[in-house]
Amino acid sequence: MHGRWRVGLALAMALAVAACGREQTSGAGATGPIRVGHFASLTGDTATFGRSTDNGIRMKIEEVNARGGVLGRPLELVTEDDRSITEEARTTAQKLVQRDEVVALLGEVASSRSLAAAPEAQRARIPMISPASTNPRVTQVGDYVFRACFIDPFQGAVMAKFARETIGAKRVAILFDFKQDYSVGLADFFRKTFQSMGGEIVADERYTSGDIEFRAQLTKIRGTRPDAIFVPGYYTEAGLIAKQARELGITVPLLGGDGWDSTRTLEIGGSAVEGDFFSNHYAADSDSALVREFVEKYRAKYGEVPDAMAVLGYDAAGILVDALARAGTTDGPKLRDAIAATKDYPGVSGTISMDPQRNARKDAVVIEIKDGGFHYKQTVPAF
Amino acid sequence: MSRSGWITVAACALVLLALDVLLPRVLNPYYATIVIRIGIAVIAAVSLQLVNGFTGQFSIGHAGFMAVGAYVSAAFSVYVGAGWLEAFAAVLPGPLARVAYYPMALAAGGVAAAVAGLVVGIPALRLRGDYLAIATLGFAEVIRIAILNVDAVGGARGFSVAAADHPGADLRFEGFGTVYAVALVTIVVISRLVYSSGGLSFRAVREDEVAAASIGVPATRVKVEAFVVASFFAGVAGALFAHSEGYVHTNSFAFLRSFELVVFVVLGGLGSITGAVLAAAVLTAAPELLRGLGEWRMVLYSLLLIVTMLVRPQGLLGTRELGFDWLRRRLG
Repeated sequence: MHGRWRVGLALAMALAVAACGREQTSGAGATGPIRVGHFASLTGDTATFGRSTDNGIRMKIEEVNARGGVLGRPLELVTEDDRSITEEARTTAQKLVQRDEVVALLGEVASSRSLAAAPEAQRARIPMISPASTNPRVTQVGDYVFRACFIDPFQGAVMAKFARETIGAKRVAILFDFKQDYSVGLADFFRKTFQSMGGEIVADERYTSGDIEFRAQLTKIRGTRPDAIFVPGYYTEAGLIAKQARELGITVPLLGGDGWDSTRTLEIGGSAVEGDFFSNHYAADSDSALVREFVEKYRAKYGEVPDAMAVLGYDAAGILVDALARAGTTDGPKLRDAIAATKDYPGVSGTISMDPQRNARKDAVVIEIKDGGFHYKQTVPAF
Repeated sequence: MSRSGWITVAACALVLLALDVLLPRVLNPYYATIVIRIGIAVIAAVSLQLVNGFTGQFSIGHAGFMAVGAYVSAAFSVYVGAGWLEAFAAVLPGPLARVAYYPMALAAGGVAAAVAGLVVGIPALRLRGDYLAIATLGFAEVIRIAILNVDAVGGARGFSVAAADHPGADLRFEGFGTVYAVALVTIVVISRLVYSSGGLSFRAVREDEVAAASIGVPATRVKVEAFVVASFFAGVAGALFAHSEGYVHTNSFAFLRSFELVVFVVLGGLGSITGAVLAAAVLTAAPELLRGLGEWRMVLYSLLLIVTMLVRPQGLLGTRELGFDWLRRRLG
């Protein structure tokens, strides 16, 4: 009996020693590569998001290394897969911080996974930049959490400006998905901005994700004779809404947000979405030299047109590299300050500055659906 | 319980409290998280073993009860408990205040899940085999989607277990003494339940429901009992999950989680508590241990499952227990 106790105790101690003894020295060292962690959904429900951001980030890091790295040291990207699982986002963030000793974290796209991982970055005092989590709460976790994209409320305001100023609409109807935080946020800010600009919201109708029948709401909207209809939902419902609206003889343009950014919008909507507009992070056919160069290089490397996630991943990595160079050190708190001080960084998705709430302030683009494709319409500056 | 039994329990409690305070200071938080997850998986797997392994009812909706426990205890902590914890922390040192507070949060989660288990179990357990499996799966999804529609716990945004208006109350824990104490209690309670003379009725129902009923075993009642006890511990596991993660989202309790728990139970051996413990520990750690393999890691994980089931179709331990005679002698 006692013998067994001793064996057990010895085993436990050996385990504990083995676990603690694994401390390495890399991130803080002065000569080796600077490690950057990326946690992403490379597999699972939203695998395309993670793969795109990883492609974008990898491209940026390779470019920087080709120019001789930053602070005289090359960058090393460590990507970990979280299988699109909420709690695994937290473990991967911990693994990157504790075992790989990364100087900063990039990730995640889904707001829920960013929310799960952000407290770990905050606690370890390692800056984290989410490429594409648009929910306002993500950066409220703490002062080490940033994002490279604009937040939901901003897009709502952008489309209100666009509707009022570019289309010249006076009367707009809203049809939003009341079960999606995203859609509710966009609708709220659209309403506020549009009314403050002297416009009138003539109808405020709602639906739920998964609905396939919108004729009741659309018939009501038709009766109010709007100049445009704001539909801040995801592509599946947006496509169906456009189809049914045209069937009911509604010819005014439909307006949407970045939830429309998918080829599925065109597949489902067909000719019905022609002439509609939506706000997005970037336009692949923009006339900006930065965008053109990025799209060409991306296509040469990965054989496809980059989506918004790839662009945002590329820009998130770019913001980090820019801050590393300005901070002159990989020290967490100093790097955090440098990221917070980001001003007019020339990103592919626009010129980026960090606002005091650690959200990227930048322009949005409006995309027009024309001839069965997405086309750059105009840029709506940050305000 | 005999005197030596009490001494063992007291010694275990002391060791666990020491671990709770010491280990977070010496162990890398990444490993600490995995060790905590293993403890929680053990609790959930052992509780499911009672239903699937010992009573022979094929439930594939266990994650639904974890969800109830997680959300109820999280809401309890955020809206009610944070004030109490703050009051405790004012008079007691940090770890002790939490030791005093956690039983309440865990009980809230456990009791809520047990009630849910009763409500679901009474109608569902009149079904058998495949029908029961589908019904439990359905109920788990109903629970998950119902939570998704409650705005007070964040809905689709998820729910952070932190009370902004009580800065003195740190609701999260990193020490795993608490988790392992609960795991120990779960194992002891369930093993004493199934290996007692009254516990024979569980196994009687598993072997042949009609024969059991013919000799006076109230089959439906026995099944509901097993279901309620299992739901209680699943709720406690959920409560621990919520407080150690600090953020809960309904995605964590989707049917894949239920399925994972069934895998723990089947792989460990239907009808073996230590088997469930072993399988839960190995399979929770495996995805992290295999990280070095990059994108092949889940392929290897799946292969591991397939090979184990081919080589040992009865599960790792079959219906045997590992070293339990000793522990039972000590506690009995």
